[in-house]
Amino acid sequence: MQKESPIREPLILGNKSYHDITMDVAKPVLAKANKMWWIVFGISLVLFVWWILSVGYTIGTGIGVWGLNKTVGWAWDITNFVWWVGIGHAGTLISAVLLLFRQKWRLSINRSAEAMTIFAVVQAAMFPLIHMGRPWLGYYVFPIPNNFGSLWVNFNSPLLWDVFAISTYFSVSFVFWYVGLIPDFAMIRDKVNEKYWPLRKKIYSILSFGWSGRAKDWQRFEEVSLVLAGLATPLVFSVHSIVSFDFATSVIPGWHTTIFPPYFVAGAVFSGFAMVQTLLLVMRKVVGLEAYITIKHVEYMNIVIMLTGNLVGIAYLTELFMAWYSGVEFEQYAFLNRATGPYWWAYWSMMTCNVISPQLMWFKKLRTNIVFTFILALFVNIGMWFERFVIIVTSIHRDYLPSSWTMFSPTFVDIGIFVGSIGFFFVLFLLYSRTFPVIAQAELKTIVKSSSEQYKK
Amino acid sequence: MSKKVIYGIFDDEEVLLKSVKEVRSKDISIKEVYSPFPIHGLDHALGLERTRLAIAAFIYGAIGCAVAIWMTYYIMILDWPQNIGGKPSFAYYLNMPAFVPIIFEMTVLFSAHLMVITYLFKCKLFPGQESASPDPRTTDDKFLMEIESDDDKTISTLLKKTGATEINVKEIA
Repeated sequence: MQKESPIREPLILGNKSYHDITMDVAKPVLAKANKMWWIVFGISLVLFVWWILSVGYTIGTGIGVWGLNKTVGWAWDITNFVWWVGIGHAGTLISAVLLLFRQKWRLSINRSAEAMTIFAVVQAAMFPLIHMGRPWLGYYVFPIPNNFGSLWVNFNSPLLWDVFAISTYFSVSFVFWYVGLIPDFAMIRDKVNEKYWPLRKKIYSILSFGWSGRAKDWQRFEEVSLVLAGLATPLVFSVHSIVSFDFATSVIPGWHTTIFPPYFVAGAVFSGFAMVQTLLLVMRKVVGLEAYITIKHVEYMNIVIMLTGNLVGIAYLTELFMAWYSGVEFEQYAFLNRATGPYWWAYWSMMTCNVISPQLMWFKKLRTNIVFTFILALFVNIGMWFERFVIIVTSIHRDYLPSSWTMFSPTFVDIGIFVGSIGFFFVLFLLYSRTFPVIAQAELKTIVKSSSEQYKK
Repeated sequence: MSKKVIYGIFDDEEVLLKSVKEVRSKDISIKEVYSPFPIHGLDHALGLERTRLAIAAFIYGAIGCAVAIWMTYYIMILDWPQNIGGKPSFAYYLNMPAFVPIIFEMTVLFSAHLMVITYLFKCKLFPGQESASPDPRTTDDKFLMEIESDDDKTISTLLKKTGATEINVKEIA
């Protein structure tokens, strides 16, 4: 029996020459912003101001202005931290893991996904910082000697591992992103007309580090990208594993489980891809990149969402099984309380959004539908926020002493910092989409002859 | 006769690659090739050596690993041993499993950053550097071959014959 594999669908639509790609990527940077951009930017800016006020109030008065109490000592802040770090996983996964697997479809989306990663990690890092209460002493988390003001840091603590993991992840992701950006900044530098835009020319000239595209430079560029991908791949998996250690190494029922690292990593990729979908589906329309971010790209990402959603679903069920099988009544109660206790609505929102709704992706009609994908991506974002909320708050709101059982209710400061962080994130992303080359155009040009529509005929 | 520099501009990377092979087979040395994207096989055709950045990255990673091991040993065992949560710091090998995440992260941190710094240094890329490309179109869709020679006539004909769409000759003093 013979089977012929079908020809892969094109990843670049239309008759795009190298010059067309250049102009399509340079256009949003060189042209003026449209009305839509200003409206969204204005809303984000208002939220960002709310964030500044809430954070200022928190730092000025102390974290007593949050809704935390003696029983629930960790709530929205850590929920938001883990949520944002999780979102920040898709970018480096796309650029590193998909580079190692030689997936050509990553090239249209990796730049924006990496930008999203960096901005999401910035948001995430804010939460532990302001939770310190005295953020001006934040440098205590670094290994500095006793006579400097504190004892040495404790390397046995998962919270300290987190410091190292997040800062390494942030800086390496940033460098990976920037190495790829240099040739594209050089392209914009050469497209800016010095006569009309002398300052812009100067700025892009500085940003491009004087890149000129020599043969030896390109050879080194490819080697550096490959090695960075190799380094970033275990890094991606390590970061959320270490975040999960914050919980898994404690002795709280509901947290003390060995399944946490892979479960958190799957959840992170799940939420990260959902956020990439949310951003790119809007961006491809606003910036006019439909030829590069095609339905095929959307479908590939939806398949990743479906796969990781199912992994997360299996993890939920495994947790329930292990709680019953362990025979530990506290563990059993923690899970019973999650599903049927006062926070049942959070648990079932999580289940609906994360496990049930991605099952619709089995239908090709739905996973190639833009509007459906966008709505589903929002559901996943909400579901993943609830997952972290369920893990954190429902595990501690009823502890070993029933007299201290309580509920958590957020104050307007909690809400302000969370909603404001979304505003801050969008401010950064919108500024990025107007000033950066949003597609890795230099590398995209290498696949024109193998994957564009005109050469596929 | 004065020395001249000849710029052959190409529209297609495959044509350029063929031309590079042709020119090199005639024992003419190519000074530089500028292109908007990496061209597969160009380094081989130009006779460039393999880059050793990956080896450098490995060495940097090993340094990072060593620094992390020394740091955790010095801080936790040697300088200020503490009994934290009933887990005393008597010997490094007993506590080491708790330091694996730190050692891993430091290895990656050193390897990635030092490799990128080496890359920027070797390619002479830094803020304020001016582009060396003779033609700004080489970041868009043109491929440029730069040859220095006294005899610009022969080389121009050869480049034209092998597919260059534009030839520019400049005299250098």
